Amino acid sequence: MPGRLSAPERRKGRQIRSGVAQSRRLGRLALKGAAAVALAYILTPLLFVTWLAFFRQEIPSFPPEGYSLRWFLAIAGNDRFVAGFLLSLELAVIATGIGLLLGLPAALGLARARFGGHEIASSTLLLPLIVPGIVLGIALYVFQVEAEIATGLPLLGSLGGLIAGHVLIVIPWTVRLVSASLIGLDRSIEEAAQSLGADRWVTFRRVTLPAIRPGVVAAALFSFVSSFGNLEMSLFLVGPGRTTLPIAIIQYLEWKIDPTIAAVSVLQILLIGAAMLVTDRFVRISRMV
Amino acid sequence: MARLRIDGISKRYGEVDAIRAVTLDVADGEFVVLLGPSGCGKTTTLRVVAGFAEPDSGSVALGERDITQLPPWKRNAGLVFQNYALFPHLTVAQNVAFGLEMRKVGAAETARRVGEALQLVRLEHFAGRLPRQLSGGQQQRVALARALVFHPDVLLLDEPLSNLDAKLRQDVRVEIRELQRKLGLTTVMVTHDQEEALTMADRLVVMQDGVVRQVGTQQDLYERPCDRFVASFVGRSSFIEGEIEAPGRFRSKGGLSLACTPATLGPATLAMRPERMLIEVAPQPAVDNCLPGVVEFVSYLGATVDMHVRISAKERVVVQIPNRAGQLVPKVGQQVHVAWQAANGIVFPGSPSS
Repeated sequence: MPGRLSAPERRKGRQIRSGVAQSRRLGRLALKGAAAVALAYILTPLLFVTWLAFFRQEIPSFPPEGYSLRWFLAIAGNDRFVAGFLLSLELAVIATGIGLLLGLPAALGLARARFGGHEIASSTLLLPLIVPGIVLGIALYVFQVEAEIATGLPLLGSLGGLIAGHVLIVIPWTVRLVSASLIGLDRSIEEAAQSLGADRWVTFRRVTLPAIRPGVVAAALFSFVSSFGNLEMSLFLVGPGRTTLPIAIIQYLEWKIDPTIAAVSVLQILLIGAAMLVTDRFVRISRMV
Repeated sequence: MARLRIDGISKRYGEVDAIRAVTLDVADGEFVVLLGPSGCGKTTTLRVVAGFAEPDSGSVALGERDITQLPPWKRNAGLVFQNYALFPHLTVAQNVAFGLEMRKVGAAETARRVGEALQLVRLEHFAGRLPRQLSGGQQQRVALARALVFHPDVLLLDEPLSNLDAKLRQDVRVEIRELQRKLGLTTVMVTHDQEEALTMADRLVVMQDGVVRQVGTQQDLYERPCDRFVASFVGRSSFIEGEIEAPGRFRSKGGLSLACTPATLGPATLAMRPERMLIEVAPQPAVDNCLPGVVEFVSYLGATVDMHVRISAKERVVVQIPNRAGQLVPKVGQQVHVAWQAANGIVFPGSPSS
């Protein structure tokens, strides 16, 4: 029988309850504060770059002397940026496509088959993510030199060589993200499809692929972004007259520090931001990564 | 529909025998239930029939076809899974149409048959919904329609009701059974639920440790269980261990001398169904066995009452008595007599460990 509490007891109970609520409120406030600091830390440079892109004067200094769009117009007039942008775009699209073609079967194999060296294969496929881009670039460069000497084929600085390098850095994203979505896949829907008359290929196309689509879309997005923004490795693989956008930016910076670079960065941020927004319409990225 | 013959199939997973020499003949239109505790091999048996597990030996035939080597998609077996396994990205109608699409059935014919199948499971108004917009029971009915629409040679049900709540389970049970009768479907169902098996099956197959223990009708299994496992798994039994010391005489480990049906001399177990014994206040000289005992535990179940009665230092039996008007319901600690005819005891020869 729950006994009646005396007035002082009730008051004490209320005090304890309000104390708990208060400390919980404080905790939530601290969490929000930490999140805000982290967010500010990430966003501040982006905001400054964006601001800078609209400055009128050539040498960035504060306060701005005025605002203009001249640096954005300057990009369009700069062949190196335009060509670099187009090359980076082409490269990222092709590398993402090939990366999916290779990474998807690899992820399926890793998720389904049990074989000797399973762990090693799994780690190896993630390796390009861990090896520094410079090291990767030098290694590929040396390999291309040796291969060119051995075969006589013009590999060094070729578009094919550049694409091959970018495929290497996008594969870990594909394998990782597709594997993650395969783990959550209910195998019985595949068995259901097979019992209904679908062979392995049809089952994959009609049931497995739609089920892991969020993972595949996210993989494509991250592949695209990592290829599009890659600088260190590309430095070793580009050939004469073939410059990616990040390299064009670096080269420009060697001579000038005017806000053109900031304008290029803003465009890049907008492009990738748009890609994320579009992707997010299909799958909730925040749930995937 | 067709006859299903499973002939001596065995399957090992590593060092473990999942099933050993399972043989089963399911007649055209018959409803057979594989019953057993988890890990008994019933699901493996079903997966071998469906084609998802390849047997190490033995064969499976459906009608005139030997399907042992066929991949699942060429077997023409309708499968219903425990978790329904509906395609989440397809509507109810698209789910049901999947099997017809694989068989290249024309659009008009597909629409007609999907409509029929949905009508059969009373979901014709849900054709455009996605599976996640349906309740569990509705999803299970979609799964059933999907498995039936392409006229499979055999229907395989893998614990189809265990994800449904108790009330719904009873309804769906009847629904599946009626549908199966109406369409004359050769059906194999797997379940660990004894009541489900008893209410749905034409014939039951009790499995344990990868082996078929007994095949028979409900009555066969209940009245004539072939061993102690079946006697305990199908219905309830009280077991008394001891030995047959003379023809028709059983001596329990607790020293009781009991009348029993004829059996070979030697160690044996005597099994009694709880409702085949009586509780009396006075001794009953007319009954073959009548033992004094003390009520140790009573569970009141409404229509019936279970009495746990100690009849010797080592033996206790459960007696189920009907809760009729005027029925004597003894209390814990009360002295009573437990009485049963020798014919109601089942003797299993051998020691219990064998």
